[in-house]
Amino acid sequence: MSVTSPILVRTYDPKECPQLTAINMDEVMRYGGMMISRTPVPPDTRDESVEEIRALIDESAAEVMPMLTYKVCYRHIDISWEGDYPVLPFDSHHSRNLAHNLEGCTAGVMFAATIGVGIDRLITRYNHSSPSKALILQALGAERVEALCDLFNAQIEEEAVAQGMSLRPRFSPGYGDLPLTVQKEFMTLLDCAHLIGINLNESLLMSPSKSVTAIIGMK
Amino acid sequence: MSDIREYMKNNILYLDGGMGTLLQKRGLKPGELPERWNITHPEIITELQKAYYDAGSNVVYTNTFGANSLKFEPDELRAIVHGAIDAARAARDQSETPHEKFVALDIGPMGRLLKPYGDMDFDEAVEVYAQTIRIGAEYGVDLIDIETMNDSYDTKAALLAAKENSDLPVIVTNAYGEDGKLMTGASPAAMIAMLEGMGADAVGANCSLGPEQLRGVVEEYVKYASVPVILKPNAGLPRSENGETVYDVTPDEFASIMREYACMGVRVLGGCCGTTPDYIRATVEKTAPDMAEITSRTPVTDKNITFISSYTHAVEFKDSPILIGERINPTGKKRFKQALRDQDIDYILGEGLRQQDAGAHVLDVNVGLPEIDEPELLDRVTCELQAIIDLPLQIDTTDPVAMERALRHYNGKALINSVNGKQEIMDVIFPLVAKYGGLCVALTLDEDGIPESAERRVEIAEHIIEEAAKYGIGRKDLLFDTLAMTISADTKAALATLKSLHEIRTRLGCHTSLGVSNISFGLPARELVTSTFFALALEEGLSAAIMNPHSQEMMKVYYTYRALHDLDENCMDYITFADNYVPAGPAPGQATGGTAGAAGSTADGGTKQQSGEDYGSPLKRAIVKGLKEQAANLTKDLLAEGRQSLDIVNEEIIPALDIVGQGFEAKKMYLPQLLMSAEASQSAFEIIKADMAAHPGEAVSRGKFVIATVHGDIHDIGKNIVKLIMENYGFEVYDLGKDVPPEDVVAKAEETGAPIVGLSALMTTTVPAMEETIKQLRAKLPEVKTVVGGAVLTQEYADEIGADFYARDAMATVRYALDVVEGKI
Repeated sequence: MSVTSPILVRTYDPKECPQLTAINMDEVMRYGGMMISRTPVPPDTRDESVEEIRALIDESAAEVMPMLTYKVCYRHIDISWEGDYPVLPFDSHHSRNLAHNLEGCTAGVMFAATIGVGIDRLITRYNHSSPSKALILQALGAERVEALCDLFNAQIEEEAVAQGMSLRPRFSPGYGDLPLTVQKEFMTLLDCAHLIGINLNESLLMSPSKSVTAIIGMK
Repeated sequence: MSDIREYMKNNILYLDGGMGTLLQKRGLKPGELPERWNITHPEIITELQKAYYDAGSNVVYTNTFGANSLKFEPDELRAIVHGAIDAARAARDQSETPHEKFVALDIGPMGRLLKPYGDMDFDEAVEVYAQTIRIGAEYGVDLIDIETMNDSYDTKAALLAAKENSDLPVIVTNAYGEDGKLMTGASPAAMIAMLEGMGADAVGANCSLGPEQLRGVVEEYVKYASVPVILKPNAGLPRSENGETVYDVTPDEFASIMREYACMGVRVLGGCCGTTPDYIRATVEKTAPDMAEITSRTPVTDKNITFISSYTHAVEFKDSPILIGERINPTGKKRFKQALRDQDIDYILGEGLRQQDAGAHVLDVNVGLPEIDEPELLDRVTCELQAIIDLPLQIDTTDPVAMERALRHYNGKALINSVNGKQEIMDVIFPLVAKYGGLCVALTLDEDGIPESAERRVEIAEHIIEEAAKYGIGRKDLLFDTLAMTISADTKAALATLKSLHEIRTRLGCHTSLGVSNISFGLPARELVTSTFFALALEEGLSAAIMNPHSQEMMKVYYTYRALHDLDENCMDYITFADNYVPAGPAPGQATGGTAGAAGSTADGGTKQQSGEDYGSPLKRAIVKGLKEQAANLTKDLLAEGRQSLDIVNEEIIPALDIVGQGFEAKKMYLPQLLMSAEASQSAFEIIKADMAAHPGEAVSRGKFVIATVHGDIHDIGKNIVKLIMENYGFEVYDLGKDVPPEDVVAKAEETGAPIVGLSALMTTTVPAMEETIKQLRAKLPEVKTVVGGAVLTQEYADEIGADFYARDAMATVRYALDVVEGKI
C-alpha cells in the first residue's frame, strides 16, 4: 500500500445494515442537551416526565430517516516515522496528540463520512417553524453520522484483524492540537466534494454539516 | 468546421473520456492540482487528448476542470487556461482522423457550496465562473461544457456566467447519485426545466456511476429534454486491486450499453472517470456505422412539455390541476402587511409552510407594499423560502427590477406573474423570461383594458404568442390567464372568462391559469361561488388556479375533479381527503375537536376538560406542556371573552414561561421542553399579534434586542433558541441571521436603538469576529450592552473580548436583558 492507493467509496443501504436502523436513544438525548449533569446519565426515555420529548424524537426520526444517505470515501495510507512524528499524506503540524494516537502504527485509513444534505435542509426549515424539532434533528444527525462511522470503523477493523493488525481509535482534524486547517488536505486527498458531496466553507466547516473526517491508525 | 448546434441535430456527437486516472499514471501526485500540468507538462496533456481525437471523439474538454479563481491567482489562472486551450488545439491539429473536431472549455464545480448549505453567495459564484469563462472565450474555444455539477444552484451560477460572458454554445451535465438525484436533491426533470429555460444547448449526466446504474436517469432525460441529451458515465464502479484503481466495466460492455442509450435517444456520448480512449473507440465503433438510422429514429424534437421546477423537482402542467397557493400576498391582510413592514420573515415562511401542508403545488410570492423596498424584500423572501420549502415559486410583482433580482436568485425554473398584451410590459418582461427561463403567466388584457368579449381575449393571447416568439419563448412557456372578474358587477363575466379559456386551451394549445377567487368578490358566502366556478373552469381546460389551499370547498373540488377524471388511481387521494373532511356548519353540540378552522376554537374537545389546576389556568398548562394548538385556541377564547392582549401576556404567558424557565434552571426540565413551551407560547402570541393588528394602539414590547451569529460562523441553532425565548418574554427581536459582518450588527443596533445586542459563536475560529463586533459597537454605540454566548465561550473568554455579559444559556440572556431594560444594570 502506498499513498497513491485508490480512493474508494462505500454506500450503505440501511435496509441491509442493522447497525444503521436502530437509533441509540441515549446518544440522541445526550446530543440534545438532555443531561442532568456532566456525568452522562440521560433521563430514561420511558420516564413520563419526558414523554413529549420521546414523542418528538420518534416523530423527527420518522421524518428524517428516509432522507439520509450513508456514504463514506476512504483510502489506505502508509505511515512512516521521522523521530517522534508520523509522516502522513497531510501536514500533521507536529500534533502531539495525533502522534500519540498513532504511536507504533505503520499504516492507516483516512476517511470521510456523511449522511447527506437532506437533514440540513430539514433543520433549516424547523429552525423557523419548530426550534425544538430542529434541536432534536441536530441530535439525531449527530447520532446517525457517528453510527455510520462506527459501522465503517468496524468493517475496517475486521479487515485489519484478518491481516493480523489492530486499530487505534479514530482521530479527527480539530481534535486536541491537530488544527482544523488539515480539513483542506482531507478534502483534496479523499476527493470528498466529487465523491460524496462534502464541501468546506471559509471557516473550514463541512457541508453537509453531519459529516466526519478522521484517520484510523493500524498496527 | 460546422456549428456544433447544427452538428448535434443530425449526428451523434462523441465526447472524450476520463483524464484523472490517465494523469495519475503519468505521475500526477495525490493532492497535486492537475491544471498546473497545462504549464509544466503541456506535451502530456496534448498526447492524451490527441489519443481521444484519434479514437473518434469530436469534442475534447480542456484540462481546466478546477481552473478557477478560488484555487489560482489571476495571472496563474490566465496562464493555465491559455495553456489548456493551446494543448487541446495542438491535439486537434496533430490528430489526422477526418471527423469534425471541437475544443470545449471545461468548467467543473468550484468546490464551495452555495448558500443556504454553504457560505457562498450566488452572485459571488457567478463571478468565479465568469472569470474563467472570460479568459477562455476571449482566447478562443468552440463551446463551453459545464460538468459534474452536483448542486442545481451551482449549475445555474455556471450557466448564467457562460451566457453573460460569451455567445458560445454551452452543454451542461450533472452528477447523479444512486437515488437518481443530485447531491442537493434535484431530479433530472428539474434540471432539464431550469437549464433548457436558460438556453443550454444540450443537457445530460456525467460521472458518479457506471452506464447501467444511470439507466433511470437516462430514461428521464430522453423523456423530458427537448435539446440533445448527453451521457458521459464512469467505467462502472472503482475498486482497489494491488493498490491500483480498477473499474468493473470493460470497453466492450460500456459501448454496448451506450449504443442502447443512443437508440433510446441519447445524442451525445462520452466517458468519465475510469474511461480511456479504448472506451470511446469501442463506443464509436458500435454506433457510428448506422448513425443515420439511429438519429433518424430518435430525432431531437421539442417535447412541448410545460413545466417549472424547484431545487428538487419539476411540476408539470398537464391533466392534473396545479394549485398555486395565494396566501403570501398582503392584499387585504392586515397581519401580513404588518409582517412585511416588520420584515418578519418567519411569519411569511410560516404562511408558505402551511400552504405546503395544505396541498399547494406552487407558492405565489407577492410582497408588494407601497412603503417597502420591494426588490430587496422579494429577493430575500424568495431566497428564504427556497431554503426551507421545496415547492416551485411564482414570482409575483409588477416591478421589473424586483422581478429580475428574484428570478436571478431563484433556484430552478420559476412561474412568472405576469406579462400581458401591453407592448411596454412585454418589452420588459420577455427579455427576463428569455434570459432566466420561466413559465410566464400572460393576462389577456392590453392597452385598452380587459375586453368584455371572449373573442378579443383570444386575439390578445395570439398577439402575446407572436411577440413571445420573437424572444425565442415558445407557447409552451406561456400560461394564459383569461381574467376572472366578479359576477356581482356583471353576471356575464364568468361566461366570457370560461369561453376564452376553452378557446385558448383547445385551439391555441396553451395551458391556462386563473385567480379564481375574484369571481365572487362582493358576494356573500364567496367560497360557494368560487368553488363552483373552479369546477366549471377545470372542465373548460383550466390547468392551474391561484387559490387558497386552506379552503376546504376548493380542495373538495380539486380532489373530486381528479377522481372523476381518472387522475387519481383507485381514488386514493380522494379517500384520504374525505377522511379528514368536515362538513360545513355542524348543528350545535355536534362539533368534535381536531380540525382547525372548521368547528371553531370553543369546541376544542381537550381544552375544556383540562382545568389546568396544577398551573393556575388552562393556558398556562398548555404552554408549560408545549401544546401549540391548544395554546392558540385558548388564547382565542380569552380574547373572545374580552381579556386584554396585554393581560394575557402578563398574567398568563409570562408566568407560564417562568415556570418552565425556572424548571430549566433547576435542571428539572430539559432544553427541548423549554423550546416546546416557547413554541406553544409563540402560537399564543401569534393570536395576540393578529388581534393587535386588528386593534392597533396596544403594545406589548419589553424592549428591543438585536441578535446575530458572528461573521464566519454558520451555526445558528443556539442563536435561534435565544431569539425564541427572548421573543416569548416580550422582547422585539431583530434577528440578523448567521455569518453577519460587524458593520451590519452596528448598523442594526443604531437603526433600532436597541439597548442590548446578543452575539453567538460556536467555533474558536470565529471568536475574533465576535471581538471585532464588540469593538465596533463600543466605538459607535458605547451605551449598548453586549451579551455573548455559544459553545466555545466561557466567562474568561467573554471578559477577554470585552463583552458585558456571558450567558451560559437562553434563560441567562433573558434574566440579564430584563435587568437591563428594568434599569437594574
